[in-house]
Amino acid sequence: MTAASTGPGDLDAASSAPLHPAAREVLLAALDRGYADPRRLHRAGREARLLLDNAREATADALGVRPDEVTFTPSGTHAVHLGLLGLVRGSRRGDGVVHSAVEHSAVRHAVAWGARGDEVGVTGDGRVDAGDLVRGAIAPGTGVVALQTANHEVGTVQDVGDLELPDDVPLFTDACASMGRLPLPDGWAAAAGSAHKWGGPAGVGVLLVRKRARWRNPFPGDDRVDERSTGFENVPAVLAAAASLQAVVAERDEVNARQHELVDVVRRRVTAEVPDVEVVGDPDRRLPHLVTFSCLYVDGEALVTELDRRGFGIASGSACTASTLIPSHVLEAMGVLTHGNVRLSLQRGTTRADVDAFCDALPGVVAEIRSRVGL
Amino acid sequence: MSPAHEVALELDCREMPCPMPVIELARHLADVEVGELLAVVARDPAAAVDVPAWCRMKQQEYVGADAADDGAPRYVVRRVRVGSS
Repeated sequence: MTAASTGPGDLDAASSAPLHPAAREVLLAALDRGYADPRRLHRAGREARLLLDNAREATADALGVRPDEVTFTPSGTHAVHLGLLGLVRGSRRGDGVVHSAVEHSAVRHAVAWGARGDEVGVTGDGRVDAGDLVRGAIAPGTGVVALQTANHEVGTVQDVGDLELPDDVPLFTDACASMGRLPLPDGWAAAAGSAHKWGGPAGVGVLLVRKRARWRNPFPGDDRVDERSTGFENVPAVLAAAASLQAVVAERDEVNARQHELVDVVRRRVTAEVPDVEVVGDPDRRLPHLVTFSCLYVDGEALVTELDRRGFGIASGSACTASTLIPSHVLEAMGVLTHGNVRLSLQRGTTRADVDAFCDALPGVVAEIRSRVGL
Repeated sequence: MSPAHEVALELDCREMPCPMPVIELARHLADVEVGELLAVVARDPAAAVDVPAWCRMKQQEYVGADAADDGAPRYVVRRVRVGSS
């Protein structure tokens, strides 16, 4: 095997992390052992079924849930759609979904497709107003509340476990940005995660549905091992995702402390060394590995391109870098500058030297782009 | 909508992509006196967020959004202090 193609300048783990070393070996072994149909009773089928059951148990154990609450889906997005819309379908109160203005687009698309949305605003650091969320939950016709565990663009952790919702209004939590990195909060009826964000393979999502939740499949069913899933299970990928999740959970105390401190370095240095910059998101109660800031008068696409030329891979929520001309709805809801935006998210191996190299390069890049427009 | 504010200067940034409307605003702030209004006309959807954010970062006053004579979105700023970009 060749070494991973990611260099020390790949600072975009939140978009997709490289395969965790613990997942790689498991994946390779499972490719040979887990190819068969896990519903078949012959030897190869039983072997695939064993691996699938192992993956479910390991995932449940890593997340602190029951194995029969775990469903593997073909993506985190699909897990969000199934989880949220399944609660809507199971609701006796109606098809209204009260959700924060900073939910991932997967939640927003699901609501637009199969529910009535009621959006609740956030503070300047991206935290939802819990009072507004609960008021919306009590309103007639509200079937479900949706609130992310943590924001995928700015890192702010939401107070998911503290919401006091009516008994018959279940909570869906999109945990894609935090799963594995942070313990799951309490209080949800369904939750979703995405393996490629914790160093598992792409094409594996995790849907969690609580044993007592009123969840009804919003899509056509199937006759697979798990009644909530559809389509042939990708057993090797699911097993590798579970192995990666276990490893991430086992090492998170050490990794999170290190990353939290490195992000503090970035927040401090960017604020001090780049003029006219706004570092956004909660500085403390946040994802350990992620930081977002916006630079005044800077074109987002130019910033991504120039940093890439210097070996740094970062994401941006600026309109000029997106496929649309619409800026990030998260930054918009927070009322913070949407142009010149950088989202930096550390890999598990990112060092102080890597972070310093980025911080050393940034002021010059920003100054150069500003000089193009005479500022 | 139509113009709701009497402005000293209106900048035509209708066809400019982000972040040009905000750059134009910074460039022309000093063209109005302290206390006067300056407006940016921009169809760029980012301007609706970025003009108020610029005002907050630069300690200028964001007066609000109205529309230019042709109906294009317009963002009105009051210059409240010397110094700018």
